[in-house]
Amino acid sequence: MSRETLIDLLYLFSATTFVLALKGLGSPKHARQGNMLAAFGMAVAVGATFFKYVDGHSLHHVWLILLAMFIGVIVAVPTARYVKMTAMPQLVAIFNGVGGGAASLVSITEFVHIKSSHPATYVTLEVLLGVLIGTVSFSGSAIAFAKLQELMTGRPITYPGQQAINGFVGLVSAALIVTILITSSTPLLWILLALSAVLGVIFVLPIGGADVPVLISLLNAFTGLAVAASGFTLGSNLLIVAGTLVGASGILLTRLMSKAMGRSLSNVLFSAFGSNVTASGATTREDGRSVRSGTPEDIAILLGFASRVVFIPGYGLAVSQGQHVLRELAELLESRGIEVFYAIHPVAGRMPGHMNVLLAEANVPYEQLVEMDEANSELQTADVALVVGANDTVNPAANDDPGSPIYGMPIIKADLAENVVFLKRSMRPGFAGIENELLYNPKTTLVFGDAKDTLTKMVAAVKAS
Amino acid sequence: MGNVLLQYATVLILTAFVGTEIIAKVPSILHTPLMSGSNAIHGVILVGSMLILGEANTNLQEVLGFLAVILATLNVVGGFVVTDRMLEMFKPKTQKPKGPKNEEVAQ
Repeated sequence: MSRETLIDLLYLFSATTFVLALKGLGSPKHARQGNMLAAFGMAVAVGATFFKYVDGHSLHHVWLILLAMFIGVIVAVPTARYVKMTAMPQLVAIFNGVGGGAASLVSITEFVHIKSSHPATYVTLEVLLGVLIGTVSFSGSAIAFAKLQELMTGRPITYPGQQAINGFVGLVSAALIVTILITSSTPLLWILLALSAVLGVIFVLPIGGADVPVLISLLNAFTGLAVAASGFTLGSNLLIVAGTLVGASGILLTRLMSKAMGRSLSNVLFSAFGSNVTASGATTREDGRSVRSGTPEDIAILLGFASRVVFIPGYGLAVSQGQHVLRELAELLESRGIEVFYAIHPVAGRMPGHMNVLLAEANVPYEQLVEMDEANSELQTADVALVVGANDTVNPAANDDPGSPIYGMPIIKADLAENVVFLKRSMRPGFAGIENELLYNPKTTLVFGDAKDTLTKMVAAVKAS
Repeated sequence: MGNVLLQYATVLILTAFVGTEIIAKVPSILHTPLMSGSNAIHGVILVGSMLILGEANTNLQEVLGFLAVILATLNVVGGFVVTDRMLEMFKPKTQKPKGPKNEEVAQ
């Protein structure tokens, strides 16, 4: 068996592991093995590549390759290991962005490399698509990162004629691609690169912080497609298979995610969701309606008389890192014969499954995590719904107010419980920027402050009573 | 053009169907790990980056290739480690707490 055949067989093996890994990642039982399997497949592919011949010689610059890999590992491992759980979405964004950047660089370099041999038009087209998609993913992910990391406002950034301008930049890019196809001009390629970067930025600007996870999933799919395009250029089935797998599954996943929020993908991407609702929030407050606020001690007494308590966690819990104290409170209540469970909204927090991950970290028993539909039927008989740092996911406007931007999103019906308690930092509306009627409901008590502090005080008060 | 392109296109189209088919029934709690895991998989661009650096014969190509290998390595390594860390947190709750809980029910 020739060397090339052997390497191709190893690539085939890797591609197979990627398919199996994606399948594994779709079920809770096999998810972790799936990820390990893909990592193993990746190691095999990278190892095999060292022995590959290009242009009739073995790889040049092997030391340079090893050095670059070393730098990558030195940066990536500590970052991925030690960044806080709350920062996970931004981390995924940035690792996706660099992948897009790499795909774009591969395409550019291949263009420079093969230009002298006058490649067929379709080869150039693949290169240009790789550059365009990869760069959009890179710059778009960078903005998504900045939004999530709060380096810039999480609100949608809009300006007059935004759609028209975005469309125009898109058209210019398309025209540029056609021109490069005809002229094979390298300077124009650099302009395309710059323009793609701009396109990624202006595409992401109008998307609100709450929708960014869906966006990251889409950009992830984009990077997959850019990798597939590079695969065409380099003539690598492995890259085509892996890239297309990620591209196709990523687009489906993006649609599933927006469905979980009760919205369509185009609504997520183009409606500048949450930008114009602050005005209505202000008028509600001018009505002079008051909210009722209480102390942690008041709530401890309320909890003490309850027989069934539902915790509804949200992003605020993740920010304050209060998950361990929350579990402590739950255990304390349970020890007094009070039934406790956690109602998990599928998109609570800043990425789907965020709350499951967070509570699992605090060793909350799996059985106490109840999904939305089940939670809603249980809430009718609950005495207290304790909303910890959640807002939009319990906003009744999603059910009642057809004018609300979140109308139609499935919510956890906290208002069904006998009493509703909100632990909130301030009266500020939630991540989507929408006023919450439930805060003004006569059943509702608000406790202002950091969720962890408040929970700690409540634990102390329950213990003392 | 001809056969090679056709062969690649065949692979692309069949893989696209496989990609959508195998994740169609993923539960919503796994959306994020799945996104993160597939993020790591497209890090396979590392193979492409190695090849372009390995065939580089001008300074420009070397610089671009070098950068590409760094970025792709970040994607691969970071992607797998983050995903593993997310999934690590899913694991104890399906196994550890179940034991005692079942015993309680039995009593």
